[in-house]
Amino acid sequence: MTDPRLNIIPERFKGVKNIIAVSSGKGGVGKSMVSVSLALAIRDKGFTVGLLDLDFTSPSTHIILGAPSLFPSEDKGIVPPITNGLHYMSIVHYSADKPAPLRGSDQSDAIIELLAITRWEKLDYLIIDMPPGLGDATLDMIRLIPRITFLVVSTPSRLAFESVKKLLLLLIELKIPIKGVAENMVMEESNYIKTEIQKLDLRYLTKIAFNKEVEDSIGDPDKIVSSKFHKDVSKILDFI
Amino acid sequence: MIVILKNESMTFPAMHEWALAEGIISTADKFAKENNITSITEIHIMIGELQQVEHDIVEFALEQLRTPLMKNTKFIIKAIPAKFKCRNCGHEWTFITGDFTEDVSEAIHFVPEMAHVFIKCPNCGSPDFEVSEGRGVWLQSIKGIKDD
Repeated sequence: MTDPRLNIIPERFKGVKNIIAVSSGKGGVGKSMVSVSLALAIRDKGFTVGLLDLDFTSPSTHIILGAPSLFPSEDKGIVPPITNGLHYMSIVHYSADKPAPLRGSDQSDAIIELLAITRWEKLDYLIIDMPPGLGDATLDMIRLIPRITFLVVSTPSRLAFESVKKLLLLLIELKIPIKGVAENMVMEESNYIKTEIQKLDLRYLTKIAFNKEVEDSIGDPDKIVSSKFHKDVSKILDFI
Repeated sequence: MIVILKNESMTFPAMHEWALAEGIISTADKFAKENNITSITEIHIMIGELQQVEHDIVEFALEQLRTPLMKNTKFIIKAIPAKFKCRNCGHEWTFITGDFTEDVSEAIHFVPEMAHVFIKCPNCGSPDFEVSEGRGVWLQSIKGIKDD
């Protein structure tokens, strides 16, 4: 008759004040790095923050956080473990970091299962690292998560932005709130992305300079927090 | 946290069965209200074997979570065997509990799609199979008394 998980999902987010899905139309633009850095920046402002990695086929926030082997506890559902001061949930808790070859409908089912059984503590912010594109995960989150907002990441590349623009147009059409667009991996001065964002009547959040040090900070949250990358990402705090 | 089953003096960890039961109760209650049902007499639930859900714990949680519309509700749980069909070679097979280590069983218990991480087609070795039956928990039907 019906899937009993769907009805309970809004209930699971009742204690979460702000839900921000970090998304992009394109893969490889740095969503996961931005998600982790933003979560750490919000944490350092004294807020309670959750981080949910929904990139089921390529989860990577556990590598960025240097938190490879965590397991949620159980209390009338599952309770995300805390790492680096973040309430942290990822499919990697269950996939043992092995490949998860999931078709769209299976990804959808896995997302629904995870959302239905995860009991978040009271959070000021939940940052969601989304998989790229306009596929099942994005559509499911729009359908299932009340009060979801999107923070979209692009690079200066026109190719990347063409995909990002499709996501933005979809969100605008569906009247889903958009915090704005962050431009990542900027190597030279150009106003192309900023101008395009303004044409859509959206906010240009920050310009994040390309920085080789970012690669060295993977797995070390303290290094991330002291990086130029993090300083650029932290400018997003003014808009959320 | 430990819950105690009153009638058997056995202890069970308060596992995520409780979360699934909450979904069943919440959905059934909402459906009844939307359809002017004043008393639910039966709720039929299907539980797929893949998830290895403990029926006793689900039943215990359902009893604890009864809403005012469920004072006399009978919960009827039916187990559905888990079956797989390989998309690559078409081979069909049945899930057998006890084939996996505790870690793997636990991963599949929480997120049944993790079967694709740990299970391969026994005929061709592909991870590209569908769970044709017995994946998760479903609310099959509700019986009740309706106000005219």
